[in-house]
Amino acid sequence: MNLQAEIPLDYMIVLSTIVFFVGLLGVIIRRNLISMLMGVELMLNAVNINFVAFNHYLFPHRLEGHFFALIVMAIAAAEAAIAIALIINIYRQFATVNVDDVDELKY
Amino acid sequence: MDYSYTLLILLLPFLLFLFIGLIGNKMKPQLSGVLGTTGLLVITVLSYFTAFNYFTNKTGEAFKAIEAFQFLWLQFTDKLIIHLGILLDPLSVMMLVVITTVSLMVHIYSMGYMKGEVGFARSYSFLSLFTCSRLGLVLATNIFQMYIFWELVGVSSYLLIGFYYERPSAVAAAKKAFIVTRFADLGFLIGILILSFYTNTFDFNLLTSDDGPAIAQPATAVFMGLSVTTWAMLLIFMGGAGKSAMFPLHIWLPDAMEGPTPVSALIHAATMVVAGVYLVARLFPIYHFTSPDSLNVIMYVGSFTSLFAAIIACTQLDIKRVLAFSTLSQIGYMMVALGVSGYGSEGLGYMASLFHLFTHAFFKALLFLGAGSVIHAVHSNLMTEMGGLKKYMPITHITFLIACLTIAGIPPLSGFFSKDEILVAAFEHNKMVFAVQWLVAGLTAFYMFRLYFNIFWSSNREYHHTPHESPASMTIPLILLAVASIFSGFVPFHDLVTTDGLPLQTEFHAMIAVPSVAIAVVGIIFSAMLYFRKNPKPESIATSLSGIYTFVYHKFYIDEVYLFITHNIIFQFISRPVAWFDRHIVDGTMNLIGNTTVFFSGAIKRMQSGHVQWYIWYFTSGALLLVLLILYLN
Amino acid sequence: MNPLLLLLLIPLLTVIGIALAKGTKQVRLVSAIGMSAQLLFAFVLLFLFYKERNTGNTEDMLFVSSTMWYESFNIQLKFGVDGISVSMILLTAIVTFAGIFASWQVESLSKEFFISLIILATGVFGFFISLDLFTMFLFYEMAVIPMYLLIGIWGSGPKEYSAMKLTLMLMGGSALLLVGLLGIYFNSAPDGGRLTFDLTEIAKVHIPLAAQLFFFPFTFIGFGILGALFPFHTWSPDGHASAPTAVSMLHAGVLMKLGGYGCFRVAMYLLPEAAHELAWIFIILTSISVVYGAFGAIWQKDLKYINAYSSVSHCGLVLFALLMMNETATTGAILQMISHGLMTALFFALIGMIYGRTHTRMINEMGGLMKVIPFLSVVYVIAGLASLGLPGLSGFVAEMTIFVGSFQHTDTFHRVATIVACSSIVITAVYILRVVGILLLGPITNNHYLELKDAQWFEKLSTVTLVSAIAIIGLTPFWLSDLIREPLAHMIQNLTNL
Repeated sequence: MNLQAEIPLDYMIVLSTIVFFVGLLGVIIRRNLISMLMGVELMLNAVNINFVAFNHYLFPHRLEGHFFALIVMAIAAAEAAIAIALIINIYRQFATVNVDDVDELKY
Repeated sequence: MDYSYTLLILLLPFLLFLFIGLIGNKMKPQLSGVLGTTGLLVITVLSYFTAFNYFTNKTGEAFKAIEAFQFLWLQFTDKLIIHLGILLDPLSVMMLVVITTVSLMVHIYSMGYMKGEVGFARSYSFLSLFTCSRLGLVLATNIFQMYIFWELVGVSSYLLIGFYYERPSAVAAAKKAFIVTRFADLGFLIGILILSFYTNTFDFNLLTSDDGPAIAQPATAVFMGLSVTTWAMLLIFMGGAGKSAMFPLHIWLPDAMEGPTPVSALIHAATMVVAGVYLVARLFPIYHFTSPDSLNVIMYVGSFTSLFAAIIACTQLDIKRVLAFSTLSQIGYMMVALGVSGYGSEGLGYMASLFHLFTHAFFKALLFLGAGSVIHAVHSNLMTEMGGLKKYMPITHITFLIACLTIAGIPPLSGFFSKDEILVAAFEHNKMVFAVQWLVAGLTAFYMFRLYFNIFWSSNREYHHTPHESPASMTIPLILLAVASIFSGFVPFHDLVTTDGLPLQTEFHAMIAVPSVAIAVVGIIFSAMLYFRKNPKPESIATSLSGIYTFVYHKFYIDEVYLFITHNIIFQFISRPVAWFDRHIVDGTMNLIGNTTVFFSGAIKRMQSGHVQWYIWYFTSGALLLVLLILYLN
Repeated sequence: MNPLLLLLLIPLLTVIGIALAKGTKQVRLVSAIGMSAQLLFAFVLLFLFYKERNTGNTEDMLFVSSTMWYESFNIQLKFGVDGISVSMILLTAIVTFAGIFASWQVESLSKEFFISLIILATGVFGFFISLDLFTMFLFYEMAVIPMYLLIGIWGSGPKEYSAMKLTLMLMGGSALLLVGLLGIYFNSAPDGGRLTFDLTEIAKVHIPLAAQLFFFPFTFIGFGILGALFPFHTWSPDGHASAPTAVSMLHAGVLMKLGGYGCFRVAMYLLPEAAHELAWIFIILTSISVVYGAFGAIWQKDLKYINAYSSVSHCGLVLFALLMMNETATTGAILQMISHGLMTALFFALIGMIYGRTHTRMINEMGGLMKVIPFLSVVYVIAGLASLGLPGLSGFVAEMTIFVGSFQHTDTFHRVATIVACSSIVITAVYILRVVGILLLGPITNNHYLELKDAQWFEKLSTVTLVSAIAIIGLTPFWLSDLIREPLAHMIQNLTNL
């Protein structure tokens, strides 16, 4: 495959790192629960890129990386479903999706 | 001879104190007065009876000390035990007579003087307490019992001086008297501690006997150049100086005049202020045999005080204050006599001192009660507001004159004899002290007659209320005391009260007697010139000496010095910093510990905010740091 | 049954009775009956004690009973008394009795108030009869904890702050103490026997010197904090100032005595060599306490602060005398504990009563009270005179015994310390007479005071009880002194024969 020749592994890693930190920043900085969830998803996808990239470049004859990426996707879907359910419930309860306003348990 | 009944002498006034003190305000005031006076009459009779028995039942050559009664009160160690008991020896029996006589007079006198006062019953209750503690003091068998009653005397004088407790000056005077004497008592206490530690006993008989532990084996330890016994005796004298108001602890005594006049008579004449003389006399053998240095100190202190007080007395305007300073001066005489005395056949000074104590008690009580009578009539203490009273108050006038002549030492009144003996003893021991005392004798005559002329002669002024002679309850004690002042000089004192109980040979020294009478007469004439008729001479003399006069009038500013020391140094520079230090440093440290804990927990609690995002931030930055660290290390 | 258990049983029944009672009146009545019974029993105990001694029982401790409580650590419920404990029990009973009547007018949450108060007293009684270090510690804590509630809930002024400060400082003391007690426990069988908390057993054992030196400061300071040892005394002024009347009375009157008692019974008695070695440090600290407290009191304006500082001075004298380690001084120390307990309780009772009338405790805002409330004023003067050591009242007896006792040491260090301590009698006179002069004497400063009423019956009962106890000890000290001296003879021997 010429892909391998044109795009080195480093590019992949840089991409995943950027995506990961974008997601992380999203989680840390954003106060909106939906945005935070999106950040989490980005981080998961960054990991997925890594899995697939490493599998492809380092062990082309094995498929564990691909499988794992698929499992992560499935889990992410489940997680997103639960998270969205929670967020909707929180919105119903507090009429907001801002985390700073949802600190009742703290006190 | 059984003397166990003497217990009543101590017990009766105490019971009277409790009884009148507890239910006095519920019964008629007059009744408590009658009760107190009757009680004291009984005690006086008992004392006279005891004295008669004691002095007539002499076994052997000398008078022996008798322990009439004794029980264990408190045990400190195996040897140091406080007994409460009654010791009868010539000294204590003599004091018994003096105290009960004067107290009885004061009790009778108070019936008239205090009539209608709010605290009539209270005054009798306090007087009983005072009598009890004073009698306990002189009858003490051991030095600790003496200290116990010594303190009680202090408290009862506090109560009596502060009798008019709504008057701030009385409260201040009472407080001052108590604290100054208390300070002196600290010395007394430490003296007792030292003495009893080295002799292992409190008992007077053991302490003062020739073969006792104090005299036969005096402690040889030396502390700062003086033997510990000398230290002990000096410290004990400090206690005596406090109660007897010797310089420089005399400041409380003039202020103590804030009490009712009968109380002043009681405190100043017979009882409280001579306690110091009694104390030194009681321990005289120890002073004489083991620490002659302290006797010298006593002599100089006494001599200085008598001169110092006599000078101040010449300038005072308050008649009670004049008498107060005259008391100081006379006690100075007694101290000098003790200081110059020897022992045994040379114990003239000792005898003279107590003789003077004896006669002084009567004439000084007479002076105070007479002054009280005058104050009662004029409603003022100041001699500038008096004058020409002789025609209104004949009895007071005559008795007061007798007292003045007595204190001036005009023969054949009692003061002449006792003062003469003191001068003789001083002459034989130390010529300089003799000279001072001789001069003081002249000053005494001068200031007493200044007082006398100012009150009874001088100008015939107009009074708002015409002064009248006091009631019989007040004049009878005056007359009785005048009789005592005249004749007490004829008591054969040298046969009764001496250092070793043996009679002492005394002879008349014309060489001393003539000059001393002469200077007294000069003093009287001098004051007659100035004060017999109202004239501007005293004023002009005072103005010409203005600086010195003011200085003396303000008692050499010694009160101010004390005030400065207590208020500005002790309060401001010790107490206040201590309070500040405690609040800010000691307590501050504790609060600092608490606040530091709170601060740190406040700082740390941020990390447990519950904000997941912060946790993630910490987590990732930590992880990143770790990664960087590992990379760096590799 | 061991008669000592009654000392715990009576308060317990009283607490149950109070819990069942309805309304303030009943609560008061039950507490009064309970504590009167306790007082009565304390006297009965005294006579039982004398009776037992007269029948020739010369054991150190009488009425000893012991039950194993926690086998594996050898913790027992062991009770017993000697002359010292009996006199302390008498003191506690008298002060508690007076305290109940002094708090007659507590209206808010009176049930809880009296229950806490009596639990506190129970702790103190338990402490004095315990012969086992662990139960001793248990009762100690039991006495300290209710203090927090009593000050925090029924107090005045900055009560939460004071309660917190007091409790934390005393708990800090407890922590030190626990280390000390455990140290003693783990060294109680140096030859390999069974470890024990039993006080009388440990006294027979020789604890290694190194361990003694290490654990003595913990134990002594641990108890010393409760005994207002300088510089750990600052809980006392704030705590007393905020505490309600009866709590101040019990605390200064009795609880602070736990400190002195513990210092002697545990720290010095069980660790004698270390006590000898380290005494000089604490003698310095306590001499400072004595003078420092007295000077501190001169400058205060709040009656309770004055009394708190005076307590620092007097309690300093207790520890000072204990450290002199001879029979006379120690007798004096115990006498001083009793005397101080009675008079300081009397002071706090009076301050509470005066405060209840004038609604201020600042002396410069009051004046001339003698005229309007003569009974309380006269009692205040008597308390003051007792405090400055007037013969015929208890303070004199105690102080003189201490001074004579401490003077038996011949070296300069002890002499100087003694003289410094002696000088407190003058300073005490200054601050007592200052208060009496400003507060009671002089002209009436406030016309509202003319309407004040003098003491009511319960106030009279409370103060008269204390005054008579003070006077009885002051006039006839020999019986109490003998009672205390008798067990001391051999305890001191244990201390000095090394």
